[in-house]
Amino acid sequence: MRRHGERIRVVVAKPGLDGHDKGAKIVARLLRDAGMEVIYTGLHRSIDDIVSIAMQEDADVIGLSILSGAHLPLSKRLLQRLDEEDMRDDVLVLVGGVIPNDDLPKLKEAGVDGVFPVATPFEEIVSFIQEKVE
Amino acid sequence: MKLESGIDVKKVYDQHDLEGWNPDTELGQPGEYPFTRGIHPGMYCDRVWTMRQYTGFGSPKDTNERFKFLIDHGQTGLNVAFDLPSQQCLDSDDPLAEGEVGRVGMAVDSLRDFEVAFDGIPIDKVSVSLTINAPAAIMIAMFLVVAEQKGIPLEKVPGTAQNDILKEYIGRGAWVFDVPGAIKLIGDTIEFCAKVAPRYSPVSVCGYHVRESGATPAQEMAYGFAIAEEYIQNVLDRGLNIDHFAGGFSFNFNVYGNLWEQVAKFRAGRRLWARLLKEKYGSTNPRSQWLRMIAGGGGSGLTWEEPENNIVRGAYYALAGALGGAQTMALCCYDEAYTIPTPKAQLISLRTMQILAEEIGLNNTVDPLAGSYFVESLTNEMEALIKAHMDEVDSWGGMVRAVREGLIQEKVSAQAYDYERRLRTGEEVKIGVNKYVTGEAERQEVQLHPYDEPSVTAKIDELHSLRATRDQAAVDRSLAQLEAAAREGVNLMPILMDTVKTYATVGEISKVLLRVFGPYREPATV
Repeated sequence: MRRHGERIRVVVAKPGLDGHDKGAKIVARLLRDAGMEVIYTGLHRSIDDIVSIAMQEDADVIGLSILSGAHLPLSKRLLQRLDEEDMRDDVLVLVGGVIPNDDLPKLKEAGVDGVFPVATPFEEIVSFIQEKVE
Repeated sequence: MKLESGIDVKKVYDQHDLEGWNPDTELGQPGEYPFTRGIHPGMYCDRVWTMRQYTGFGSPKDTNERFKFLIDHGQTGLNVAFDLPSQQCLDSDDPLAEGEVGRVGMAVDSLRDFEVAFDGIPIDKVSVSLTINAPAAIMIAMFLVVAEQKGIPLEKVPGTAQNDILKEYIGRGAWVFDVPGAIKLIGDTIEFCAKVAPRYSPVSVCGYHVRESGATPAQEMAYGFAIAEEYIQNVLDRGLNIDHFAGGFSFNFNVYGNLWEQVAKFRAGRRLWARLLKEKYGSTNPRSQWLRMIAGGGGSGLTWEEPENNIVRGAYYALAGALGGAQTMALCCYDEAYTIPTPKAQLISLRTMQILAEEIGLNNTVDPLAGSYFVESLTNEMEALIKAHMDEVDSWGGMVRAVREGLIQEKVSAQAYDYERRLRTGEEVKIGVNKYVTGEAERQEVQLHPYDEPSVTAKIDELHSLRATRDQAAVDRSLAQLEAAAREGVNLMPILMDTVKTYATVGEISKVLLRVFGPYREPATV
């Protein structure tokens, strides 16, 4: 668990082949401005890469940014890998991007902690993380 | 009032704003140097811009059907969307492609797929634009082979490929090969087309995506030109004369934001490009000096909130593109913040352009804004500003260096964040988002384009049967020759055409090229 007073550590990740990174970079800057420690993975990372970065960085949060439509398989794979590494209870898993309405409950059922589709207000993302990571 | 590019706009302009301004040297006639008013004498009065909606999904057969639907409704060009595995040089059965095959575009593994996608389509009349970058040389080779199969001589094949890798490193991110090899491949396509397929435009330089990534309209033009200059230098270094190949360049620019700023950036950009080609590169052929462009899109201007408003925005963007002198236009569809566009959404975009072009008199006269105190004054200021941004790139050592060190990436992403912040605070007005918000919190229901799993499975099965039935010895021989040629440094286009004819796949060919050129390592700046 995070020690009191330490900055929240967030891995902002671009999994898979999608190269649209404007949203991921905007969120990375947003969280940094909100006082969090942000690690941006860069593009085209595998879920295994992302899990090992989160492990090395002792991340409190992993945020996946996905605009290609492949959010369900990619999120499920991440959750499965976190389970295997016994990290699931220590890391908040968030997904953002182009997420159709019908997929919101599916992502939550799969175990994603928070889903932030296009047009989510900035403060909603920041306060969600601040409230959950305690 | 300050424009996004940083230029102040006054409430009233008058003759004093154009003191010393000479319309003979600054404008000329449409179709005359410096082409401020347009590259052709009659512009859209003689020939309406090509309407080219971005289309492609699922299998080549699915895409072929959508192509025919659009052509039947009066679309005059095709703009092919590829799926992410194809964009990343991966075959449909590659483990890394899982979940992405046919999702955001058409899945292409081999020449067989192009044969199906363009079946029954007169590609000598309906010009085809391939929106593809890292594997563009391979796709161009496949396209030229399909044209040959249809009996069209290479010197007569029309079309365009996007083939602009530098902008992929800045935004959009569909890069594979390291910078030198990637630029070498682009140089190969330009040289080859200049010599063998002169009606084919091998490169469409994209200010568009740089703008999407956070550049201002002035930077969009400047960075696009700075990218084009890197490709020009590559080909000049091969000993070609500027006028032998510069006519093959086309450009892809974005339209969203302030209406006047968009129009002025196009008029200014056209003049600056013509002057650059003539004065810096010594071009004497007007065709080389033409800023030919597709304009439109406007993805970042469209909103997830109240998506129907995007139909209206698209119409204004089309107007800006037309007043700016576009040769080709494509509009993002109103539902793109939710889904791959439905046929209905694509038809609305097409109708938007048709109504503008043929119903309300836009096509009565060329460049109607010429001589306007405001528009000419803004065009002058834009030209100076674009030049200043280009000088800044020069001071960084050119675009290749700026990209490799992440300088451009960092600059535009900082601006994107700031723009987003201004949207949140309401400094940038967005109707239905930060002004006149109705307070209806529930998410809009939009009809979604379905992801067709059986079609994906069938695509992978077809790939396996292709591998089982093709002449494997010919494939292996071809790939070995390709690798030798790549190491030797010769132009790879002729051998790529031979290689694709063996039905070697995009993935197989790319693995060979990757061994020679190496992978790109991203400077992961935020």
